[in-house]
Amino acid sequence: MSDPQHPDAAGTPGPGRPELDVDVAIEEPGAVSPEKETAAEDARATAGGPGGTAGADVPPPSRWHTTLHQIATGNAIISVLAVLLALIVGAIMIAFTDERVQEASGYFFARPGDTFLAIWESVSGAYAALFQGSIYNFRRDTFLAGIRPLTETLTFATPLIAGGLGVALAFRVGMFNIGGRGQMLIAASVAGWIGFGFDLPWGLHMLVALVGGLVGGALWAGIAGLLKARTGAHEVIVTIMLNYIAFYLVSWLLRTPGLLQAPGSSNPKTPAMKDTAIFPSLLGPQFNLHLGFVLVIIATVVVWWILSRSSLGFRFRAVGENPNAARVAGINVRNMYVYAMLISGALLGLAGVSQVLGTVTTGFTAGIDAGIGFDAITVALLGRSTPWGTFVAGLLFGAFKAGGFSMQAAEGVPIEIVLVVQSLIVLFIAAPPLVRTIFRLPDPASRRRPVPNVSQEVKVK
Amino acid sequence: MKLELRGITKRFGSLVANDHIDLTVEAGEIHCLLGENGAGKSTLMNVLYGLYQADDGQVLLDDQVQQFAGPGDAMAAGIGMVHQHFMLIPVFTVAENVMLGHESTRAGGLLDLPTARAKVREISERFGFHVDPDALVDDLPVGVQQRVEIIKALSRDARVLVFDEPTAVLTPQETDELMGIMRQLKETGTSIVFITHKLREVREVADRITVIRLGKVVGEAAPTATNAELASLMVGRAVELTVQKEEPSLGDPALIVEGLTVIDPIGQLVVNDVSFTVRRGEILAVAGVQGNGQTELTEALLGLQPRVEGSINLDGTELTSASVRRILDAGVGFVPEDRTEDGLVGEFTIAENLMLDRSGGAPFVRAGNIQRGALADFAREKVKEFDVRTQGIDSKVRQLSGGNQQKVVLARELSRDLRLLVAAQPTRGVDVGSIEFIHKRIVETRDAGVPVLVVSTELDEVVALADRIMVMYRGRIVGIVPGDTPRDVLGLMMAGEHPAEGAAA
Repeated sequence: MSDPQHPDAAGTPGPGRPELDVDVAIEEPGAVSPEKETAAEDARATAGGPGGTAGADVPPPSRWHTTLHQIATGNAIISVLAVLLALIVGAIMIAFTDERVQEASGYFFARPGDTFLAIWESVSGAYAALFQGSIYNFRRDTFLAGIRPLTETLTFATPLIAGGLGVALAFRVGMFNIGGRGQMLIAASVAGWIGFGFDLPWGLHMLVALVGGLVGGALWAGIAGLLKARTGAHEVIVTIMLNYIAFYLVSWLLRTPGLLQAPGSSNPKTPAMKDTAIFPSLLGPQFNLHLGFVLVIIATVVVWWILSRSSLGFRFRAVGENPNAARVAGINVRNMYVYAMLISGALLGLAGVSQVLGTVTTGFTAGIDAGIGFDAITVALLGRSTPWGTFVAGLLFGAFKAGGFSMQAAEGVPIEIVLVVQSLIVLFIAAPPLVRTIFRLPDPASRRRPVPNVSQEVKVK
Repeated sequence: MKLELRGITKRFGSLVANDHIDLTVEAGEIHCLLGENGAGKSTLMNVLYGLYQADDGQVLLDDQVQQFAGPGDAMAAGIGMVHQHFMLIPVFTVAENVMLGHESTRAGGLLDLPTARAKVREISERFGFHVDPDALVDDLPVGVQQRVEIIKALSRDARVLVFDEPTAVLTPQETDELMGIMRQLKETGTSIVFITHKLREVREVADRITVIRLGKVVGEAAPTATNAELASLMVGRAVELTVQKEEPSLGDPALIVEGLTVIDPIGQLVVNDVSFTVRRGEILAVAGVQGNGQTELTEALLGLQPRVEGSINLDGTELTSASVRRILDAGVGFVPEDRTEDGLVGEFTIAENLMLDRSGGAPFVRAGNIQRGALADFAREKVKEFDVRTQGIDSKVRQLSGGNQQKVVLARELSRDLRLLVAAQPTRGVDVGSIEFIHKRIVETRDAGVPVLVVSTELDEVVALADRIMVMYRGRIVGIVPGDTPRDVLGLMMAGEHPAEGAAA
């Protein structure tokens, strides 16, 4: 199943790719935290006053935390508009990079119509290809063949949604889990090891591998949660470093005969999964869509239940919104950090497991995470850290992944442009004021801040 | 300088924060702007200071119409503002803070600090401020920091000074000194706008009083008006200022604290060897200037302080270094002094906040599931009982006014089966109408036989509620005196002087 549509997942871990990802990680918004937080802490220290009352146990929310929180839980409209803006900017970039447009613009003043026509053709062609590559291909004869892109979208979306849920859940508890890559790798390794190394009956084998992977991911994230709870170590730093540790640990395991490496091979790659462990296809063998998607739907429902209906989720959210008040209300904030990281890690583990047992069953390399651990952050942000928002955002990103290849194949649009569009979405989401300014939306803060009491009094009396 | 505001109107969306407000402040007059939280006082002053643009109306200085695009224009026109939260840079010296924004330089771009120093000295001598221009602002007490703010305004030749709730952070003594300074400034012809909601201060220092309610001027009053008159103007109805309470029917000692010591993270004894007893059906009020260990005392009682020595015993149960959960389960109700920080989750709904410290089990949680129906019923009942003014139980607590937020905290705590109520600053930042209600509920709790510990920096509140008064100074108990102890004695005790022999109970 390692067809060209899975270049990331199936490709060998070239020396460049993993390193690149790590660098990207450092440029993720989270990485700025140490510095900014220190600044916030300094400001608080110098401000003095009786503020730092409950400081001993609970690290007070920093300015960075507040900003992050706003980004993660903002308005859904901003999400939609951010996608729209990104598509517009993407269109401009497609037009600029298109050869026909460049050609036609050479004689723009002689025949400007040619340029506009070329722009229209390149942009509409590219987005039509995106649609055909991700939802329905009208050029195919049968419905089954035509709908195949949609199933590809769902397949790509599966790990993105699972990972996005994990990141979103951690967000809601006030933590930034950017260790998705490490958690996925550990989960994939455990699930994969069980998947190819054991002989168990059909069904049970899959279940054991699945549970093993979830536990692996949970424990790997749990380290960060435990360190935060016990020592106050910042989860961003710890999870970043655990990414490195997991990556090089798994790389070593893959290179060492007798561990994860396929017998008789010198490549850092595992043997193929046994059939008894592989997620069954949902729609028959001609489609890639597998059981993982159903598991992800279940996971979404479970996360929704945890956050909205359960007492655990109530405590999670209380800690995420105001750890001081949570502590005063008798909630064990430290335990909540640990539990939240365990669940978050298990969800990212699900992403890793669905990769090795569903998408890439022919054996995996250290590149199995395919950057999903980081894309999951984007998905969670776009989904505003709500379970169903994350689900929809995951589908969108799955569509980008699936459609991106057909854009490249059909219209010659560089795959990088699709990645740029994705990055632009994040950029616009992370800057709500920018989106508000462009669309002239009212700023909720400006109206709210000066008159919180007045509005109440006026309404009431 | 004569300041005149004519028909100032400021709208935020559909909300009218200031509705055609007229206000005239003569030169050399202290004009009090009185109103509840959210009445529109601060909005009005922000319009005056150029922070907001009025939708309608004019600002006149000495009968000249002014146009302020920002605070810079207002300052240049001679308006100075002493903010409630000081706008000082703590690591700068007084002189540096005073020159900030108006730095004059000498040749080579060097800051002209000597001139700034001289200016600070000159102003400080003129008014008897005793401020050292080279002191770091961080090292100065709050009262002195406020004087630096005043010096800052005066150094820019402010002829109209606006004081926005200046006494909120001051001790009674510092408040008296500030009043003296305001009178002095008035002598020199400066016009003063004094924003407050504390009635006593108003009557002491004001020449004229304008009362604002719901964005409108509802009346003017002379300083001779009684507290009750002013309060009813502010709230719009008659307000009971003294708390009606019977003699306490004292029961057995319930809370017994012995040798309690709290050590803060940098190793200082913030509560030092404190012993006291609260009996059933009694209110023990802890008086003292902010920052003398009261906060830490209440936190230690709730298990929120990590390093505690001594013993806390409630109804025979040892609660020293128990977890917060265990202490809450032992029947301790807690109203924290900073409700937005420690008492409520702003983004949560009223209903969710009402179950905040009961997220572990019955009645709101069964088998890990929140019982939404039971919670909604409970929330509706409590909103009604505690008269929380809101659009519904699903409103976010952040959107409520301070008084209504405090009612939510109180409703949550009082609806549990209490064996002790600890209320820290129960009416801080709460409007007059709600204060009355909160005090009534606290007294009712006492009358139900629950021991109550009230911590307050407001002497009025202490005197109104207390059956006995415990005064703290620098982490120690200065003395525990009867509830009817005269204010001047209490004031001296709050400054650390032990009461005369015989006054102690």
